[in-house]
Amino acid sequence: MKKPLFLLTLLALVATLSSFLRPAEGGYQVGDKAADFKLKNVDGKLVSLADNKAAKGYIVVFTCNTCPYAQAYEDRIIALNKKYAAQGYPVVAINPNDPQIAPGDSYADMQKRARSKQYAFPYLLDESQDVARTYGATRTPHVYVLQRAGSEFKVAYIGAIDNNTEDANAATAKYVEQALTEIMAGKPATTSATKAVGCGIKWKKKA
Amino acid sequence: MPATPHAMKLRFLVASLLLSALPAAAQQVRVVKLPALQQLLARPTDTTYVVNFWATWCGPCVAELPHFEQLRRRHATAKVQVLLVSLDFASQLDKKVRPFVQRHRLVAPVWLLNEPDQNAFIDKVDAGWSGALPFTLVFNNARHRRQSFEKPLTLPELETALQAVAR
Repeated sequence: MKKPLFLLTLLALVATLSSFLRPAEGGYQVGDKAADFKLKNVDGKLVSLADNKAAKGYIVVFTCNTCPYAQAYEDRIIALNKKYAAQGYPVVAINPNDPQIAPGDSYADMQKRARSKQYAFPYLLDESQDVARTYGATRTPHVYVLQRAGSEFKVAYIGAIDNNTEDANAATAKYVEQALTEIMAGKPATTSATKAVGCGIKWKKKA
Repeated sequence: MPATPHAMKLRFLVASLLLSALPAAAQQVRVVKLPALQQLLARPTDTTYVVNFWATWCGPCVAELPHFEQLRRRHATAKVQVLLVSLDFASQLDKKVRPFVQRHRLVAPVWLLNEPDQNAFIDKVDAGWSGALPFTLVFNNARHRRQSFEKPLTLPELETALQAVAR
């Protein structure tokens, strides 16, 4: 009787270890459980995924003030929130950049930007860059559509907002909208991961 | 490729521009589609290519461009080719990219990859690339060696990669 117990313990140990190790190896894949966080919003309050009990999911966008590609998508991010917050999928914007490297991405500049563009969604500072690392974000903008599964959230889509950065009207594939349409219909996203050019996240220089 | 009158005119124009720009002859910018880039990436010759993906709007890219120019100068006599691939929008060619190349006196060849559908081309350049800039490929197809970097590089880092791939 001792052997099976030992094997089970070993299996449990391996499973626990691998779940710890996974985010470090390039972040989330579609289907993974998304870790909650507690990050400071531009209004000074801390925001977590768990706060909004009514949310069916979230459109988490790693973005920033300074990247021209993030700027090109800013109005589209605002529009996504306008369209999908009411349907249970609000936007949560997260700035992961180190302001030492990108001074225009400081907390004060985030507050200015959120005010001048009247963000109706949280704009959070990922000061330790742990959330960006855990999720596997590499660039701005970088989107993770999350879907509620009980008290947790699962990653349903990772990637770009659409397929034309320069001209929203010329985009022939609106990836996030397509994914949300399918998710809200109870289906997995057909195109669940896309790649896009963006500004590499300004990671802190290792001490 | 047959030389059409248009192409000849263009060549004359390029030649006279190059002459007029001497001695600080900066590169002209060649606008390409993905197949031209894929062809270069697949060249089977014993040449080590250092291909840097950048954009005029990308701060860390602009900061590391001199390293690529220095690398090119240091290895000008070796079988080393440095190529700078701009991911600026093609609409910015005259307004941004050309003036930038002149101002920074870039001598390494500069291409502008005109492919608006990014999801369709990024994997074809390198499956390990997320799309973040800057991105650099160092490869030698005859020696079957290839390294990729999704981060800014220092000159010593570039030298190390070059030595590893060209050895």
